[in-house]
Amino acid sequence: MATMSAQKNKIHPHKFSLWIAMGSITMMFIGFTSAYVVKRSQANWQSFELPSIFWISTAVILASSLTIHLAVRQFKQRNMSRYKQLITLTAILGVLFTVCQILGFADMMKHNLPLDGPVSASFIYVIVGVHILHVLGGVVTLMVMFVRAYRTRIRTYSSVPVEVAATYWHFVDLLWIYLLVFLSLAR
Amino acid sequence: MSNEATLHGQHEVIHHGDDHHGNGHDHDHHHEQSFISKYVFSMDHKMIAKQFLITGIIWAIIGALFSVLFRLQLGYPDATFPWLESILGHWAEGGRITPQAYYALVTMHGTILVFFVLTAGLSGTFSNFLIPLQVGARDMASPFMNMLSYWFFFMASMVMMASFFVQTGPASGGWTAYPPLSALGDASIGSKIGMDLWLVSMALFVVSQLLGGLNYISTILNLRTKGMSMTKMPLTIWSFFFTAVLGVLSFPVLLSGFILLLFDRHGGTSFYLSELFVKGKVLPNEGGSAILYQHLFWFLGHPEVYIIILPAMGMVSEVLAINSRKPIFGYLAMVGSMFAIAILAFLVWAHHMFVTGLNPFLGAFFVLLTLLIAVPSAIKVFNWITTIWKGNIRFTPGSLFSIGFVSTFISGGLTGIWLGNSSIDIHLHDTYFVIAHFHIVMGVSAFFGMFAAIYHWFPKMYGRYLNQTIGFIHFWITMAGAYLIFWPMHYEGMAGMPRRYFDYSGWESFKMFTELNQFISFVVIIVFATQLLFVFNFFYSIFKGRKVTTTNPWQATTLEWTTPINPGHGNWPGEIPEVHRWPYDYSKDGKDFIPQTVPVSADESAH
Repeated sequence: MATMSAQKNKIHPHKFSLWIAMGSITMMFIGFTSAYVVKRSQANWQSFELPSIFWISTAVILASSLTIHLAVRQFKQRNMSRYKQLITLTAILGVLFTVCQILGFADMMKHNLPLDGPVSASFIYVIVGVHILHVLGGVVTLMVMFVRAYRTRIRTYSSVPVEVAATYWHFVDLLWIYLLVFLSLAR
Repeated sequence: MSNEATLHGQHEVIHHGDDHHGNGHDHDHHHEQSFISKYVFSMDHKMIAKQFLITGIIWAIIGALFSVLFRLQLGYPDATFPWLESILGHWAEGGRITPQAYYALVTMHGTILVFFVLTAGLSGTFSNFLIPLQVGARDMASPFMNMLSYWFFFMASMVMMASFFVQTGPASGGWTAYPPLSALGDASIGSKIGMDLWLVSMALFVVSQLLGGLNYISTILNLRTKGMSMTKMPLTIWSFFFTAVLGVLSFPVLLSGFILLLFDRHGGTSFYLSELFVKGKVLPNEGGSAILYQHLFWFLGHPEVYIIILPAMGMVSEVLAINSRKPIFGYLAMVGSMFAIAILAFLVWAHHMFVTGLNPFLGAFFVLLTLLIAVPSAIKVFNWITTIWKGNIRFTPGSLFSIGFVSTFISGGLTGIWLGNSSIDIHLHDTYFVIAHFHIVMGVSAFFGMFAAIYHWFPKMYGRYLNQTIGFIHFWITMAGAYLIFWPMHYEGMAGMPRRYFDYSGWESFKMFTELNQFISFVVIIVFATQLLFVFNFFYSIFKGRKVTTTNPWQATTLEWTTPINPGHGNWPGEIPEVHRWPYDYSKDGKDFIPQTVPVSADESAH
């Protein structure tokens, strides 16, 4: 693509928009975590151990980052069947991550830390819950990509949509790592 | 070469949109568009801009009408208006607005004007319309997301509109929706379903702003035509850029505040609630902090006022330079001061909270940072005045409104210096002085910037002119009216008259203002009628206005005037023009103006 080469050192506008969107989402979580910091410094803050299943979900989402990274590579080499397998695997890992998080919620409830309990627990439900929504957004995107890969009428050779989805996936992964470290340290 | 690349990059974007939706509008081979794809689900930035503008105008009429209704109560607290009962039903029993309805009207007036009119209607309209036209792009970076941005705004509008018709009425705890009033359904009837609809509507609105903002930033940074370096951009584009950055960084924080509020309302959590008695019952919530909400709210809320005023500043700069036939004075100082304002916008939020028990030591820093904003603001005012100084001024309605903007920005800005001091704020907080300050500096000024832009770019939008005579009547009555309404409020505020009260006639201290309040309400009605005249002019001129016969009616230098009179989707029928010079070459080397597309000749000094 000769016309693309002129644009080689310029980032694709969709990728650029994604970076701004990620900045925006980050601001939202900064809003949550700063609210957490403010509340923590006030009276009646009750601290507790995070559910241990959160560490398993961390391993799951890290694995999914690896699979989507491989998927982008397969797409670029036009190994479409491997690509489809890998994005399906990524989506399944995303759902598995969500299940782990919800099991974590169940664990918290069992330890008498419900949503309307101490505010330190409420924060976990809200912050982790909003993060789950972002992961599920990524799962929906992957399903769209999956359906698109089966289209015969229009074939997409541009790797931009795949790369955009992968970047977003790595982002929600990193976001979770940040939240986990934050919530473990600032108890 | 890079122009070619931009062109093709753009091609790809449009095709991409087509892939999704199949309502093809490729600019190379025109074929008839259906009504739906041209006027309703349009992906043309110019049509989306018009959708934002007309929706904004409808909201402005509703929001202004609400202010007329509550001004009737404030000006004539003892009078009854039987027609009020016919339109408001049990909210105005016996022809007098009930206290509950009064609070709902005040809350909705604020919400509508701040968010739906001066954010979506102002920056939504002109960022959409001018960014691709002035940077030389065929459309936005993602026309599809741009369309979604409008439809999220439309959904937000519908939800907000629906809340007017629920049995318990719309939200009525003030446009800032402070808890605990906004968090407890039992606290007031306006805190029931109306408050939920308000939160849903605002969440949709935030999504709309984010989708729009992403596109504006991405388009400005990535899709400029060949030769359009950042320092060759018109100041309008710089202002839209800073506006979008502010929105993208501050709206998500507001959303997180709203999410926590929703959980307090329905999840039984105690983020904002603590030790409360409602209706004689003790609530189980403990350990919450209502101040936390105020921090999250004002972290958006303060940048929000710059989201409102920056686009107006940029467009006024452009209109003033064109209509005084002089280059803008201090282009880089203008950009620099907008940058300074954008940075400081994030560092001053707590000046809304001086009387919440904020640590006075911390308050001192917020005072300092707040007063610092006076510096870039003063630079901008100085530059606007020096731009028109000894200029060959054309008094069009657009330029009159721009000059009016500078006037109201000065007089409203000066009172900000008083309010920004934490010690004076103890007396002035929540009085009519605050109302006077922010209405002049943010409300009236932003409206003047918007009017200036509408009068100036209407020929590009619709290929016709607005009627000038009606424009002059509109300007002079609005200008005089704005000062007559808000100037006296300073005195009321200094006398300690609190805002948001339903009826002041019960207080001996405020009896001296009875006639003044009547006077203000009377002027409000006249000014409102004048705005309806403008709305008539707007819609009449779309169909019957004088036709534009030349592509560049104002003899301006920027790229939007190099497009055909009625540009199609894609803006330029042929190649996108290349840019060779900055946008303010007016009265240079004996020439009245030199468009940006003219190469710098050998015997000419580049700017």
